[in-house]
Amino acid sequence: MKQNSKLEFLHNEYIQSLKRESRWVRFYQLIIFVVFFAGWEIFSRNQWIDPLIFSAPSKIWNLLIDKIADGSLFLDLGYTVSETVLGFILGTLLGTILAAILWWSPFLSKVLDPYLVVLNSMPKVALGPILIVALGPSMTSIVAMGAIISVIITTIVVYTSFREVDPNYLKVLQTFGATRFQSFREAILPACFPTIISTLKVNVGLSWVGVIVGEFLVSKRGLGYMIIYGFQVFNFTLVLLSLLVIAVFATIMYQLVELLEKKLIKNSSQ
Amino acid sequence: MGFLKIDEIHHTYFTKTSATTALSNISLEVEEGEFVSFLGPSGCGKTTLLSIIAGLLKPTEGKVTLEDQLLEKLDNQIGYMLQQDYLFPWKTIEENIQLGLKLNNQLTTEKMSYTYKLLEQMGLSGVEKQYPSQLSGGMRQRVALVRTLATEPKLLMLDEPFSALDYQTKLRLEDLVSDTLKSFGKTAILVTHDIGEAIAMSDRIFLFSPRPGQIYKIIHVPDELRALPPFQARNHELYSEIFQTIWKEVESVETEQ
Ligand SMILES: Nc1ncnc2c1ncn2[C@@H]1O[C@H](COP(=O)(O)OP(=O)(O)OP(=O)(O)O)[C@@H](O)[C@H]1O
Ligand SMILES: [Mg+2]
Repeated sequence: MKQNSKLEFLHNEYIQSLKRESRWVRFYQLIIFVVFFAGWEIFSRNQWIDPLIFSAPSKIWNLLIDKIADGSLFLDLGYTVSETVLGFILGTLLGTILAAILWWSPFLSKVLDPYLVVLNSMPKVALGPILIVALGPSMTSIVAMGAIISVIITTIVVYTSFREVDPNYLKVLQTFGATRFQSFREAILPACFPTIISTLKVNVGLSWVGVIVGEFLVSKRGLGYMIIYGFQVFNFTLVLLSLLVIAVFATIMYQLVELLEKKLIKNSSQ
Repeated sequence: MGFLKIDEIHHTYFTKTSATTALSNISLEVEEGEFVSFLGPSGCGKTTLLSIIAGLLKPTEGKVTLEDQLLEKLDNQIGYMLQQDYLFPWKTIEENIQLGLKLNNQLTTEKMSYTYKLLEQMGLSGVEKQYPSQLSGGMRQRVALVRTLATEPKLLMLDEPFSALDYQTKLRLEDLVSDTLKSFGKTAILVTHDIGEAIAMSDRIFLFSPRPGQIYKIIHVPDELRALPPFQARNHELYSEIFQTIWKEVESVETEQ
């Protein structure tokens, strides 16, 4: 009895100490945030840094309000976000389909192996100009950039996990006379579902890179375009605003995908 | 006339660096309704032979026939339960046991209720919606057996189904399996390391010798033991006599190496 209440007391103590620690962590995170932006503002106002290049939080804020008011920010943001989402879904889907084709034909996978290695090591953004010429300076080529950047690495990762599925599961299916397609559907794909989901998380980051570079090149609209336009007219407030918006939305998207991953993997491993 | 005929099977595994002859000159026949055991030390090719009979592996030489038909393609005539249960962890027990039916488009209400009945016979009613990870090893083994029986195969092959279980569970499952198979009149091949299990469960025992795998001896289990369920057979006076005989044979297999 006495033992129990003592344990409870210690446990409470422990929980309290955890809570205290996490409060301090939050506190310092906030301090860094405030110090960074306040410092930036003060340095810029006093001309300790060049306000033309580094702008100031207050200027960025005012621009943000303006751009929200005239609705142009949401337009650009909408384009970029939808291109990114399309890009990473396409990249993951295509990569998985390619992996399935390689699994289907071991001979083909042996033949293609060196090409995959070359394609994987090549910086995909270098393909940008070719894509734009081939697909036209449109949303299509930007989405293609967002997809192409993740498709090869997805193929390699997913194909590797396909091959690592315990062959005895396939044996079980074969004893029931399963076709190769049935084996894929019943064993390979569900066994690799967690891997596929976790490539989503990697791909969302990659797709942002592809889409921003694509918008640099196409130069029509979107957050990437805002950066390149601001750069050309020497409006660095605009550049910095786009950067901050990208930072916020890339984080949100990453968190959403992570949430989705946790949900799906929990369901599938249940 | 044999129900299952295995004719002059040789099998060699080839890898880049080696050629391992796993089976050499295996010929045997199994009658309909008979229960036979393959007994032999590890690595003597028992699993290889089952894979060949099941059509999963093409032998380097020889042929297998079931009811005088070549087993080029299996259409659920043979049920093969692997050395481990290999239940699919992402499928429920229900989905696992109906897998064979689903793959062959036979998911009729009648066949489905048959699988539930089997599950009940194995003492596993009420686990249909659970996942394999929620069951114990012995329960999983029984589910795997239900999965194998669900397609109503003519020949059943069990690869060391009880080796990973504790002794009591093993004895209980031996009785259950033997009883279930008898009631269906199934022909069965059991692979085991356990001399006692082979005697208690089977009508005939094929003793294998290793490197390369060959049939060393065929032992007929006397009718008195065959009539009894495995647990009672283990207590019969003839049991220890045969145990001694086989024990000596097994030792001579080993000293010969
Ligand atoms: N895929 C393979 N490639 C090469 N050699 C193999 C392969 N599978 C089995 N062998 C070899 O064939 C021989 C027989 O193996 P098998 O698995 O049939 O033995 P087993 O009698 O079932 O043994 P255990 O009782 O341990 O299960 C062994 O020497 C093994 O090394
Ligand atoms: Mg084996």
